[in-house]
Amino acid sequence: MIPAQFDYVEATSVADAIRLLAEHGDEAKLLAGGHSLIPLMKLRLVTPATLIDVTHIKELSYIKEDGNNIVIGALTRHRDIEQSELVKKHLPLVAHVAGEVGDPQVRNRGTLGGSLVHGDPAADLPAAALATGATMVIAGQNGERRVSAQEFFIDFLETDVQPGEILTAIEFPKHTDAGWAYEKFVRRAMDYAIVGVALQLGAKPGVALVNMSNKPHLAQSASQAISKGAAIADVLAVINDNTNPPEDLNATVEYREHLARVLTQRAFATASK
Amino acid sequence: MTIRTSITVNGKETSREVEARTLLVHYLREELSLTGTHVGCDTSNCGACTVLLDGEAVKSCTLLAAQVHDCNVTTIEGAAQADGSFSPVQEGFRQEHGLQCGYCTPGMIMASTALLSENPNPSEEEIRQALEGNLCRCTGYEMIVNAVRWAAEHPNFTSGGAK
Repeated sequence: MIPAQFDYVEATSVADAIRLLAEHGDEAKLLAGGHSLIPLMKLRLVTPATLIDVTHIKELSYIKEDGNNIVIGALTRHRDIEQSELVKKHLPLVAHVAGEVGDPQVRNRGTLGGSLVHGDPAADLPAAALATGATMVIAGQNGERRVSAQEFFIDFLETDVQPGEILTAIEFPKHTDAGWAYEKFVRRAMDYAIVGVALQLGAKPGVALVNMSNKPHLAQSASQAISKGAAIADVLAVINDNTNPPEDLNATVEYREHLARVLTQRAFATASK
Repeated sequence: MTIRTSITVNGKETSREVEARTLLVHYLREELSLTGTHVGCDTSNCGACTVLLDGEAVKSCTLLAAQVHDCNVTTIEGAAQADGSFSPVQEGFRQEHGLQCGYCTPGMIMASTALLSENPNPSEEEIRQALEGNLCRCTGYEMIVNAVRWAAEHPNFTSGGAK
C-alpha cells in the first residue's frame, strides 16, 4: 500500500513549522513519528496535499522538571518516556502507559504529541494525559496557549489544535509516590484496547477510560468520587456516566460497560498495593 | 513530487531521486535491490520489514524514505561481521533452527540485534517482550527465543570468515 501523492517539506524549528502551516493551509498535515498518520495515508483514508515533516525539530524532544510539573516535549518518543527516570519517579502511570503503546519498533518512532493530537479514543496515552490532569501547550501565529487535557479532546480524531497550530509540549503535574494503575483489555498482545482504564490516585486523582466514547474520555463523576474518598463500589456505580462506547465485533456496549467496571476495580486493587 | 534522499545503508552512502511518498522499505528493496528486508503485513504489525535506524529497530513499511534522510540504516544484508562471519544472532538462528519458512527471519534478526545491543543478557521474558512486534507463523517462537539466548551466550562468535 502506497500513500497518495503529496508535497513534502521539512520544518527545522517550531517557528518554521508555524510559517509552513500558514503557507500551505489546511490541506497540510504535520508529520511527526508518523505511526498513526502514515498507516492512514497508506489506506488512503487521509490524503494531505502537503506533509510538513517536524521529525527533526530537536527543540521539541525533551523531558524536564519545572517546579511541580514534568514537562515533555511533543516530539519525545514513547521509548524515551518509558525509560526516563524522571518520568518513572514522578509520573509512573505515564511511563508505564508509554511502554504499552504498540511494540518496541513503534515506540522507537511514535511521539507523545503525535499520539495526543491524533485523538484516538482507543489509544493509550490520551487516557494517561487525562487521568494525570495534563495541560497541552499549543503554539500558533498568535503565540502560545494552554488547554487542559479534558478540553483538548473534542471528538473522534479531533482535538483543539486549530489549523496553523502545533502542539509543542505537555505539562504534567507530578504524581510522586501516589498509587496508579493501567488496565488494558486486549484479545492479542499488540491490539488496541477493547477497553482500558488509567487510574491516578493521590492528591489530584483522576480516572480515564480508553475506547469508551467517541473521544478519549475522562470519567468525571468517578474522578470526583475518588477525590471525595468514596468507596470503590460508589466509584464503580458512576464509572460509566456520560460514556458513549462503540459497538463492534469485539464487544457490545453492555460488555464494554461491564469491562469498564471490572477493569476499574482491578485498577484500584493494583493501585492500592 | 520527487525529492533527493540520501541514506547511509549498511555503511554505504546512497542517494536517489524518489517520490516523496516512497516508503523506506521500497527504497531499500526497489531502489537499492536489497530484498532481504521483507514486506509482510504492510500495516506495521508483523515486523518482517524491521531494520535498524541509527541502531534502533524500526518498521520500514511505516517510515518515508524522506524522513530518514541523512540517517544510518542497517538491513539484514549488513548484519554479518566485517570478515563475512555471521553475526552471533544470525548464527544463533542457524544453531537453534530459529526459522522454518524464513519470511519473518530478517526482521527477527534485526529486532534481536537491537535488543542485544541494549541488553546483552536478556531473560526469556525480556526476549519475548522485545520481539512482540515481530510475528512468526511457523516456529511457535520457542526456537527463536533459544536462538537469541544462543547469541547472548556467544557474543564473540566468529566463524573466522565467510562460509
